[in-house]
Amino acid sequence: MPDKEMLVKVRDLKIEGRAGEIWTQIVNGVNIDLHRGEVLGLIGESGAGKSTIGLAAMGFTRDGCRISGGTVEFDGIDLVNASAPQKRSLLGRRIAYVAQSAAASFNPAHKLIDQHTEAPTWHGVYGRTEAEEDAVSLYARLRLPNPDEIGFRYPHQVSGGQLQRAMTAMAMSCRPDLIVFDEPTTALDVTTQIEVLAAIRDIVDRFDTAALYITHDLAVVAQMADRIKVLLKGDEVEEADTRTMLAAPREDYTKSLWAVRSFVRNQKPPAPGNEVPVVSVKNVVAAYGKVPVLHGIDFDIHAGRTVAVVGESGSGKSTLARCITGLLPPLSGSVEFDGVALPADYRKRNRNQLREVQMIYQMADTALNPRKTIREIIGRPVEFYLGLRGEAKRMRVEELLEQIELEPAMFIDRLPSELSGGQKQRIGIARALAAEPKFIICDEVTSALDQLVAEGILKLLANLQDELNLSYMFITHDLATVRAIADEVVVMKAGKVAEAGPKNVMFTPPHHPYTGLLLSSVPEMDPDWLTTLLNERGIDNIGDAASEKVG
Amino acid sequence: MNLLLVIEIFVAAGVSALLVRNAMTTNWRDAGTGTYVGFGMAGLLLLAVIHYYFKTKYFPVNPDMPEGSFFRWALQGLVIFGISGWFFREFGKAVGTEGSRRLFRSMPVTASFGVLTILAYAFVALFAGPIPLSMVVLVAVIGALISGVTLNVSGVTAMRIGYGITVVLTATCLVMYFCGGLAPYGEAEILPRANLLPGGNAATGGDPAHLLGTDQIGRDILSRLIYGARNTVGIAFITTCLAFLIGGTFGFLAATLGGWTDQVCSRIVDALMAIPQLIFALLLMTIATAWAGSNGALITLYMILIIAVLDSTRVYRLSRAVGLNIVVMDYIEAARLRGENLIYLIFREILPNATAPLLAEFGLRFCFVFLTIAALSFLGIGIQPPRADWGTMVRDLGQFINFARSSPLTAALPLMCAGAIALLTVAVNFVVDWMLHQSSGLKG
Amino acid sequence: MSPVPRIILQRLALGVLTLLAVSILIFAAVNALPGDFAQAILGQSATPEAVEAIRNDLGLNEPALIRYLDWLFGILSGDFGTSYSQIKFVEFSGESAAQGGIANVYDQLVPKFKNTTYLAFVTACIAVPLALSLGILAALYRNSAYDRAVNIATLSSISSPEFFLAYILVLYLSVLGGFFDPVSNINAEMTGWERLTATMLPALTLTLVVTAHMMRMTRAAIINLLASPYIEMARLKGISPMRVIVHHALPNALAPIINVIALNLAYLITGVVVIEVVFVYPGIGLTFVDAVKNRDIPVVQACCLIFAAAYVLLNLTADILSIITNPRLRYPK
Repeated sequence: MPDKEMLVKVRDLKIEGRAGEIWTQIVNGVNIDLHRGEVLGLIGESGAGKSTIGLAAMGFTRDGCRISGGTVEFDGIDLVNASAPQKRSLLGRRIAYVAQSAAASFNPAHKLIDQHTEAPTWHGVYGRTEAEEDAVSLYARLRLPNPDEIGFRYPHQVSGGQLQRAMTAMAMSCRPDLIVFDEPTTALDVTTQIEVLAAIRDIVDRFDTAALYITHDLAVVAQMADRIKVLLKGDEVEEADTRTMLAAPREDYTKSLWAVRSFVRNQKPPAPGNEVPVVSVKNVVAAYGKVPVLHGIDFDIHAGRTVAVVGESGSGKSTLARCITGLLPPLSGSVEFDGVALPADYRKRNRNQLREVQMIYQMADTALNPRKTIREIIGRPVEFYLGLRGEAKRMRVEELLEQIELEPAMFIDRLPSELSGGQKQRIGIARALAAEPKFIICDEVTSALDQLVAEGILKLLANLQDELNLSYMFITHDLATVRAIADEVVVMKAGKVAEAGPKNVMFTPPHHPYTGLLLSSVPEMDPDWLTTLLNERGIDNIGDAASEKVG
Repeated sequence: MNLLLVIEIFVAAGVSALLVRNAMTTNWRDAGTGTYVGFGMAGLLLLAVIHYYFKTKYFPVNPDMPEGSFFRWALQGLVIFGISGWFFREFGKAVGTEGSRRLFRSMPVTASFGVLTILAYAFVALFAGPIPLSMVVLVAVIGALISGVTLNVSGVTAMRIGYGITVVLTATCLVMYFCGGLAPYGEAEILPRANLLPGGNAATGGDPAHLLGTDQIGRDILSRLIYGARNTVGIAFITTCLAFLIGGTFGFLAATLGGWTDQVCSRIVDALMAIPQLIFALLLMTIATAWAGSNGALITLYMILIIAVLDSTRVYRLSRAVGLNIVVMDYIEAARLRGENLIYLIFREILPNATAPLLAEFGLRFCFVFLTIAALSFLGIGIQPPRADWGTMVRDLGQFINFARSSPLTAALPLMCAGAIALLTVAVNFVVDWMLHQSSGLKG
Repeated sequence: MSPVPRIILQRLALGVLTLLAVSILIFAAVNALPGDFAQAILGQSATPEAVEAIRNDLGLNEPALIRYLDWLFGILSGDFGTSYSQIKFVEFSGESAAQGGIANVYDQLVPKFKNTTYLAFVTACIAVPLALSLGILAALYRNSAYDRAVNIATLSSISSPEFFLAYILVLYLSVLGGFFDPVSNINAEMTGWERLTATMLPALTLTLVVTAHMMRMTRAAIINLLASPYIEMARLKGISPMRVIVHHALPNALAPIINVIALNLAYLITGVVVIEVVFVYPGIGLTFVDAVKNRDIPVVQACCLIFAAAYVLLNLTADILSIITNPRLRYPK
């Protein structure tokens, strides 16, 4: 859009971060051109330096970071060399920020509206009364419930999706020229995400605000941005307008990001009806203290099959895993293994029963003892369950490392802190395999990982299943993962099974209403997806409202 | 004296250079009024200190009255401590393994001064009196054994270092064995001349054989100061170890088992902590003295037990909190689900991850115990005579402070004993502060 | 419906329970004494009749539970028992102990308690504002030369035994400076100013110790807060650093700061014992130490209970104040 006036001009931006006393460069010369009213998507995996660049475009660096080179110009003003008061006069008034976690970014001690009106009254844009009236109209515009009243609540009294919209309203309070959105929907469930996306897009269009939209989610950025810039480890990869970028990425790295979503394993045929399932969950009811969480869950997992348990946060999927492992004995109902009921409490299970059910965790960081070497971590179950010692143990550990595609000689004596996220997750898998189980629970194993790495883990799990005839219970909130790896799907909502069945049945219409809502809420790579969806469903039928209807 | 002057000028230049460097790196354009005021005040303070120092030294108002001598001693002490800390750090950077050198590089001067002081105290405490030959042999044998074991655990380099340390320690012990202790006289030895003034100058009522003079009943104060290190530090160390044994055991048990065990332990600790520690210690000491009668050693033993139990409540709280943080980790859940027993969980999974906070806490607890014991002794209900200890000495020598105008050195005696206590706690605190800063990463 | 009143009631009940537990603990500890008080008072040479007389008089022949309840209800009605040190031995060789010479612990402690409260009050008046402002400044200029200097100074002050600081102040302000008297003679006839100057040395010593603690904790509490995302948000609104601290950090720092103050006032209680001994300040700490040395059990018991009660009440107050200042509890979902 050469006809529009240039708003932000970043040239050869270099930023250094401090580790101890040493400064290392984390952004290596990035250029940004942003015109008035334009939305630029910054996309990249973790460690790409997206947030740092976003903040630097506001002339701000976090503690422990510094701009070491290049220029940042905002509407002709040099932000790198501007004085602190000069920068303060721009921040909040002409440049605003929307953070990832609204719950943490609102001050818990003040009402929403007081925080909203702070910037306009401080900068003298509006008087207090005008600012409050404007707040209410913005809340209405962002489709917050009870716009007259919601501002007088404290942050903890408002739900996550609503807070995120209130923060967008706050950023809008002075009608800034630029808003930096830093992963505003990452912490939200898919059904809530839509309403926030719709609200943000609407208001940015309405006031013709320029925006930097930072995210790691391609499908989200496709809906929001006019142009996309891909970043990798502080370097620019490429930049193009959204449609071109989606249709024809130039660089290999970008292509690989695009390709991630294409991995789909063939669905296995359903198990014969007379086969005894490996794990059978029978009418499990569970509660934390007096809070009921699960209300009668029933399903089977057959040998060599993967059952994906899908649901949004709070649906009880992790609790279900705790019931199966015996960490949380169910109030009623039972878990059968090979047709025999397991004792409800894990402490009452014998060593062999414990061995057969293994678990892989979401956060590989907390799943591996940071003080133990890989040899000890994998070697312990080998020794504990199989009684192997000395040379036999060493050989088994090396064999396991080869199975998870890590070079034994290189990794066996390392500590977890010397591994990357994906490698740590592989060690978690090896530890589960070391027990030689029949059944493994995978609790959100890929959700903390970047997409490329996650795909590697999924492929590895699929190969291991074919090789060792393992059964998986795959807990996830991500439907793309389900599509990739599941044979059967169990959809959970509020502690109940909403729908269950083979994957191909679940993914083809007609859907159960809740499954349908979940499926249609997952952003797609099509830039028109959100527009189409809003046209189909209507602006009042998305997000929490829709979720309540089907519930 | 000239050497001192050189050092002082050197340091004054150094401090001003630091101030200037700070001023240079400050971003003056964005600096608020506070920064200007701060630098102005620091500059003025520096000038005032230098002015007062030299004025009282070379142009005293009244030559008979040693004006400012305490101030000069304090300043000289500060400077010497700073320099020794700096040299020790440079020494540490140059000598040792890669790991230890990296450690020294990350140290501020305060921490290296702390380490140096702790080592010095340990040395004085160990070799205050003559040591038996068996101890020399014991050190050599145990050192060799430990070094031998490290070969299997941590490899050849560790073993070599172990042997190196053993040789140095044994040699030191041997030398000290032949020297026969640091203290010139016995701990409770009563010498013929009482109330000798410090300074060792016969003209002013001293004796060169008793550098710090003798007390009211004729015991050599320097010797008692040196023995005080062994008694005060040693008893505090034993007490802290005991407190950690009790508090740590129950704390980790409560964290790992949870439920009923945790409830019972925590409620007992709550009740014990509802009474201020020193007050409770005093109450219990009343009862202990009634039990022990006039048996001084028994009173000291009771004191160790009482303070250890009272202090273990803090250790309990900390180790329980640290334990709870670790217990929620997924790797503990994985170990539980594997079917591991309690011993394995605590010793192999939890404890290795708790060493850093526990070590820091050990330092803090040691200071606290050390100060509590000193306070009790100062009040006359702690370590009992004839055992020399610093708290009691402060109380006995306290009245000398009133001679500050006529004989500053005499007045300095109680301050020296109290300062000996303060110096060690300051040193430990400096090291702990650095350790906490290291483990908290870049925070603060 | 706000849960605040319910939570406060719970805390109050807990506080009462704690006090009860404390009283049991103290009573049990005292009853672990070998032999009994009567023997302790009269020494080994006492006649059995005399011992029996005191036993009867002090009610030592009753079972422990009865004695505990007697003691407890006595305290509740302001009767802390009878001080042994005031008992004249002669009177016990006769028949009755009821006549003369027996000082009531309550009457003995009230003036001392007032003195100690006065000392703590003066200290708090100096220390609290000083520590808070120093702490906030250190948090504002963190990692600067000022911050480091203050860090070293406070660390040294915390590490020093109270009597070391006391003697240094005596040396400079009393012996060399001649501003104050090294011994705090407090009596009823003093004017307010005289009393203040007599209290100044112990108060300053306590200030040194308490300020250092309080300042470090304040600094830590605020720095902890400054790392939160909502502070970054406030800075990104372009408001001044002062407003960020005052409007955004301070309201949230209230609870931790209240806790810091309460904790340090509670610390004063412990510190006061040593300081009162150094300066011979006629407060409850000095009385306590004297009673400990003389094994004057009723006085020890009473002092201990007073210290513990003050400690528990301070912590309780801090607890309740931080509940009241917490918006999450004041305005439930």
